[in-house]
Amino acid sequence: MKLRKASALAAAVLALSLTATACGSNDDDEGSGGGGSGDGDSLTIGIKFDQPGLGLKTPEGDYTGFDVDVATYIAGKLGVSPENIEWVEAPSAERENLLKRGDVDFIVASYSITDERKEQVSFAGPYFMAHQDLLMRAGEGVSNPDEINDLTLCSVTGSTSAQHVHDDFAPDAQLQEFGTYSECLTGLESGAVDALTTDDSILAGYAAQEQNQGKFELAGLELSDEPYGVGIPHGDTELQEQINDAIREMEEDGSWQEAIERNFGPANYEAEEAPEITETS
Amino acid sequence: MFDFLDLDEYDLFGAFWTTIQLTFFAGVGSLIWGTVLAAMRVSPVPVMRAFGTAYVNIFRNIPLTLIIVFCSIGLGQTLRVTMFTDGSVDPTNYRLAILGFVVYTSAFVCEALRSGINTVPVGQAEAARALGLSFSQVLRLIVLPQAFRSVIAPLANILIALTKNTTVASAIGVAEAAALMSEMIENEAQLIPIALLFALGFIILTLPTGLLLGWVAKRMAVKR
Repeated sequence: MKLRKASALAAAVLALSLTATACGSNDDDEGSGGGGSGDGDSLTIGIKFDQPGLGLKTPEGDYTGFDVDVATYIAGKLGVSPENIEWVEAPSAERENLLKRGDVDFIVASYSITDERKEQVSFAGPYFMAHQDLLMRAGEGVSNPDEINDLTLCSVTGSTSAQHVHDDFAPDAQLQEFGTYSECLTGLESGAVDALTTDDSILAGYAAQEQNQGKFELAGLELSDEPYGVGIPHGDTELQEQINDAIREMEEDGSWQEAIERNFGPANYEAEEAPEITETS
Repeated sequence: MFDFLDLDEYDLFGAFWTTIQLTFFAGVGSLIWGTVLAAMRVSPVPVMRAFGTAYVNIFRNIPLTLIIVFCSIGLGQTLRVTMFTDGSVDPTNYRLAILGFVVYTSAFVCEALRSGINTVPVGQAEAARALGLSFSQVLRLIVLPQAFRSVIAPLANILIALTKNTTVASAIGVAEAAALMSEMIENEAQLIPIALLFALGFIILTLPTGLLLGWVAKRMAVKR
């Protein structure tokens, strides 16, 4: 008797979960269809969940950051209201696969446009021009890039920024690599490293965090150009045009500047003008 | 499929060589420290037994990533332990990573070895004691030589696990295989072929280890 109850329960759970997954996949299909045609009612968008200032999931379950604002604006122009957006985490190494499998409609996740990536996915935009920079303890800035060679830098293992240090601008600098930028901040605070280096947008996000305000400053060196694009499935020119139009409008009606000030304002970070759209079909 | 593999740009063999080195030094270190711990756990001194038990139960149950990251952030960055280097970043991290691997792996070596000690009939140790040998002589001359011979296979398991565990060192920036893998994925945007390549690399390292040590284990087994 007990056994029968248990198996009935298990069957019920199984049936429920099956219907739930069926619903889920239906939604996804509608979402990706909507992304293309612009009249769908939901979208699945990939963002970073752990990057203050760009894409951050708050403990309350909200999403904040510049990438989130841009994505919400684009979705609005595609006819999708913010509450119908499903946010999906897009870690750096996963971004191409998420687009190829169709798990997301597009990705707004500090995604630099590079030639290697363009072989796998397409881009719209860029919507933002980031530069590699240094985050240092307040009052310790460097005046010229040659001085970087004497510093101990910190960045994320394998990241483009970490490779730039050795390959380009500071071959003699010591480089500490960690899994996340937050771990670098511990060393920066204790003095074990002199600077955290990556895109200035990411650094500004950390400097603007409440617990870090006033402790750290950007050095203001433009060590590289990182054009952030919106990642879309390879060859989807229709979606590319729609997103490009949305980005242009966002820049024209002032919401772009507003989003910059809201997300990077506390870091005293002066973003340059919005970049020209380069990714057209 | 493997057209992303530009050996001038990516030092694939150098990265795997670092993996091998990490495995070697951590393996030797944990074999020594693990043997000492096992000796403590079977010793007649209660304090030593308690220490050995506590050590094994603590470090066997902490995730390795946590130990490695603590070695770097806690010991390296905060307490400024330099591990007898000049304080430059790369060699310090390298040695701190080995320290972390030894601390973690020796708990497993100790337990494997203790099970080997239990296979030696207690009458042998009693007979040795009756002949007037001290505890350390009994352990060194009678028990451990037989114990080691019976635990080669489990120790090989631990060595293989250690080889794969060394990928955790990339979390603190040691330039081994996993660090190169994340670099290549970042640049080439081809997750699956690159992951397959590194999986293959690790199989090439661990498969012969397992086969060789399996053969040795068979040859050395104590026939009773």
